[in-house]
Amino acid sequence: MADIAIATPPVEPVRSAGYWQNVGKRLIRDKTAMAAAAVLALITLAAIFAPIVAPMDPLQGRLINRLQPIGSEGHILGTDELGRDMLSRLIWGGRLSLLMGVTPVVLAFFIGSAIGIIAGYAGGWTNTLIMRTVDIFYAFPSVLLAVALSGALGAGLGNALLSLTVVFIPPIARVAESVTTRLRSSDFIEAARASGAGALTIVRVHVLGNVLGPIFVYATSLIAVSMILASGLSFLGLGVRPPNPEWGLMLNTLRTAIYAQPWVAALPGAMIFLVSISFNLLSDGLRSAMEVRQ
Amino acid sequence: MFGYTLRRIIYTLPVLLGVSVVCFALVHISPGDPLISILPADASIELQERMLVLYGFDRSYPEQFILWLGRALQGDLGTSIATGRPVTTEVMRAVANTLMLASVATVIGFVLGCFFGFVAGYFSNSPMDKAASAAAVFGVSVPHYWLGMVLVIIFSAQLGWLPASGAGPGGSSQWKFDMEHLSYMVLPAITMSVIPMGIIARTVRALVAEILAQEFVIGLRARGLSEFGVFVHVVKNAAPTALAVMGVQLGYLLGGSILIETVFSWPGTGMLLNSAIFQRDLPLLQGTILVLALFFVVLNLIVDVMQSALDPRIKR
Repeated sequence: MADIAIATPPVEPVRSAGYWQNVGKRLIRDKTAMAAAAVLALITLAAIFAPIVAPMDPLQGRLINRLQPIGSEGHILGTDELGRDMLSRLIWGGRLSLLMGVTPVVLAFFIGSAIGIIAGYAGGWTNTLIMRTVDIFYAFPSVLLAVALSGALGAGLGNALLSLTVVFIPPIARVAESVTTRLRSSDFIEAARASGAGALTIVRVHVLGNVLGPIFVYATSLIAVSMILASGLSFLGLGVRPPNPEWGLMLNTLRTAIYAQPWVAALPGAMIFLVSISFNLLSDGLRSAMEVRQ
Repeated sequence: MFGYTLRRIIYTLPVLLGVSVVCFALVHISPGDPLISILPADASIELQERMLVLYGFDRSYPEQFILWLGRALQGDLGTSIATGRPVTTEVMRAVANTLMLASVATVIGFVLGCFFGFVAGYFSNSPMDKAASAAAVFGVSVPHYWLGMVLVIIFSAQLGWLPASGAGPGGSSQWKFDMEHLSYMVLPAITMSVIPMGIIARTVRALVAEILAQEFVIGLRARGLSEFGVFVHVVKNAAPTALAVMGVQLGYLLGGSILIETVFSWPGTGMLLNSAIFQRDLPLLQGTILVLALFFVVLNLIVDVMQSALDPRIKR
């Protein structure tokens, strides 16, 4: 008859997911971040629906129409060195450019987090072994490592993605390791361990929820770098191959046109810049919304 | 101090070894036989085997690595397949050009970055802070190879004020300090300086805001110190970190110059890497990467040691 001792109203357990709701609210109030998000959404949607949105075929051009200026009839943004419609190529180019910029960070987020959490939670020799290996890759400047790997592996989309992923794993693993190490000695982890929870359970239930947030914010700040680097590899001829539209590659092939049609030639780079600055502003907004101190 | 330096050097040794393993591995992760690019397609089997032995490709990987490392330590990075000249000679000449460009760019970036950072930190949340912070975001977001192209469009193609590419008149790569040669450096150096500018501005802004919020600053003001006197204290407190960031940035620019050098045809390590990659000149690729990576590691070591010497509060 213990249940009548206190009249406990059958309250639903209040979900403490309020944290993420608050983050969302703060982020929505951040005008700069929202503008950046809108720009990114627009470019991404245009890229996804490129077959519908793009006015012309991005691969078909007429040499007689080559290097038309911005604002010419039928080609609002002009045409490239082979007479292909720039607007269509920029819209289609978003597909490969965004894919190449975002994928390495996403992959590195999963792999780097896993490596860092294992090293941080295991500690001891495992930590030393893993983190010293990570340090070796961290000892290369990022551009150099990306160019070295994709240069040695040979040009191509797959190799460029692989190289960039390798570039971004060490910094993410380092952040993951330091956050996990700090968490490992906290009381509630000790308590979980004392109450007999296995390592896997502790990591799954207690560690992941606490470390993924900061790692995620850090990873978002890398997307802008990754966009610039990925298009940079294509610009060097190490990424996407012609005739596929990709902003970095377009910038490279249009370099010959800087005297004939300078502003048409500069357009693909402006797209890279727009996307990269938007990712930076969004990531800054997310960081201050989450109040993650670096 | 001495103990810290020694410990830091000892800690760097395994990293150096690891870096050289990665550079060694570069040749072996690349597809195809590295001999393909030096031998004609119809070379006899016998000749192929002789070259295999000559280049040491017939031994086991650990053996090859130790031989390669031993020669590298004596300054022999092999022979460039494309030119037949020693890799060391090629790399060192290119490093000198890149180092010069990167140093000038770092100094420009440091001066501008400190200026923006101090303004933003001092006048926190004012319109000036917003403008300076915007400059910082611009610096870290702009694809610098594109910025280089835009500068060439404006100042070379349209206005005709500055040369568009190369390191000197008539494509000369022999650097001299005169006005004509300097004019070739203006655009690449400004382009390159944008990255350290953004990063240093962000760092200095955070530093200055943090220092100004500390109690000793209030104490200094309360004792009637002039605003300039307070400023000197802020500079002294911010300097070690700002200088350290500058040092690391120099290393990044050295290693990351390939894109800018490609845009401006600057005859440095970036151009060297570019041609090594497209001629499949693997010894040259490997040697250049190794030298640049070693530069970066050693520079980081120097920066760490200098920082702890400059700032006695850093107890290690």
